[in-house]
Amino acid sequence: MTSTEQNIDERLLSILEQVSDPEIPVLSIMDMGVVRSAVIENGEVKVEITPTYSGCPAMDVIGDDIKKALKDAGYDSEIDLILHPAWTTDWVTSRGRKALEDYGIAAPLDAEADKDVLLNNKRIVKCTNCGSQNTRLVSQFGSTACKAQFQCDDCQEPFDYFKCLK
Amino acid sequence: MLNPFQHLIKKSYTMKNENLYNYILGIADNSLILGQRMGELCGHGPSLETDIACTNISLDLFGQVRSYFQYATKIAGDGRSEDDIAMLRQEREYKNVLLVEQPNTNFAYTLGRQFLFDIYHLAFLKELQKSTDLTLSAIANKCVKEVSYHARFSSDWIKRLGDGTDESKEKMQEAINDLWAYTDELFHQTDADKAMVAEGIGVDVTKLKDNYYREISQVLEEATLQVPGSKYFQKGGKQGIHTEHLGYILAELQYMQRAYPNMEW
Repeated sequence: MTSTEQNIDERLLSILEQVSDPEIPVLSIMDMGVVRSAVIENGEVKVEITPTYSGCPAMDVIGDDIKKALKDAGYDSEIDLILHPAWTTDWVTSRGRKALEDYGIAAPLDAEADKDVLLNNKRIVKCTNCGSQNTRLVSQFGSTACKAQFQCDDCQEPFDYFKCLK
Repeated sequence: MLNPFQHLIKKSYTMKNENLYNYILGIADNSLILGQRMGELCGHGPSLETDIACTNISLDLFGQVRSYFQYATKIAGDGRSEDDIAMLRQEREYKNVLLVEQPNTNFAYTLGRQFLFDIYHLAFLKELQKSTDLTLSAIANKCVKEVSYHARFSSDWIKRLGDGTDESKEKMQEAINDLWAYTDELFHQTDADKAMVAEGIGVDVTKLKDNYYREISQVLEEATLQVPGSKYFQKGGKQGIHTEHLGYILAELQYMQRAYPNMEW
């Protein structure tokens, strides 16, 4: 029950990679790590996805988008929402982290650093605009459940930080 | 009294595991009602950041409620949906503690209520992770990460307001004093609790009590606030006997179902 392995049929990979998070369109659901398994059984695809946050309203949309993408590729599918094992930001791929940064969202640090950051003890989140570490926490909660709000004290740019979740 | 929603409930049934069902509702109703209270602040928070924070917390809680109620529908097995369980009940059938239904009198009350609940909620979920019921432990695994953020947020605000200006200190102290009477109920066991603890599914809340008051006191002291000494406590929510506030909450929560029976989102 503690397996963090993904089980994705290679034939489905390129289809699933086209589906993105509706709230962070640059991030594919594969790079976000929310697809835990995708297998073909008797011609039908079974997909298991796990939510980033319990209340994430994007999950319903992601489920519908996966169904549609698979349908366009000629597959009927069934989507299951699983809670265990719980999603962690460790499952965001390095390509996903880069996509976040390019989009203007600072990627999650590790758990210890995250605590320092969210308690405003250390300045280690880099501004996504100018790269300065002279940034500060504005609020622990941001525009979506998965983000916190930061501001750069050098270039004054406000930006989102993708909170570390472990 | 006749349930006015009876005609909306799809069929009659005998529940196989009523204790488990009631146990799940006991947990979920706390998050549902607190989520509704925090949601009231949408567009009314004292600042944009705190407004967003309160609604984020509300969203987390509603998300958690969905997981619990989805599980409850499987246990009930009577064709009711998660929305039916959330919306089609009478006041007496909601099992939330009195603490979470207390109003947003001012920001100190909102944060005081959140803090007094978060510290309990986090300790409760940490124990629920060990449940022999795999669905409940999976939900707890998920929720514990979110509630850690809530507890951090509310504890920080208690310190900021307590150790702030004379006025913020006075208001924070007043809120904690008033809400204190609702803390003891968190540690009361219902029949469903006892049955579930015996089966290794539920959390023995009586064991969380000492540590709870220790943790609360630590934060209050850091906030230069006084730990209330009052031993007079209110109870009843877990049995469905609520303060007058719940009726008003339900009037809003159930408005759409009352105005447009059986409507779906």
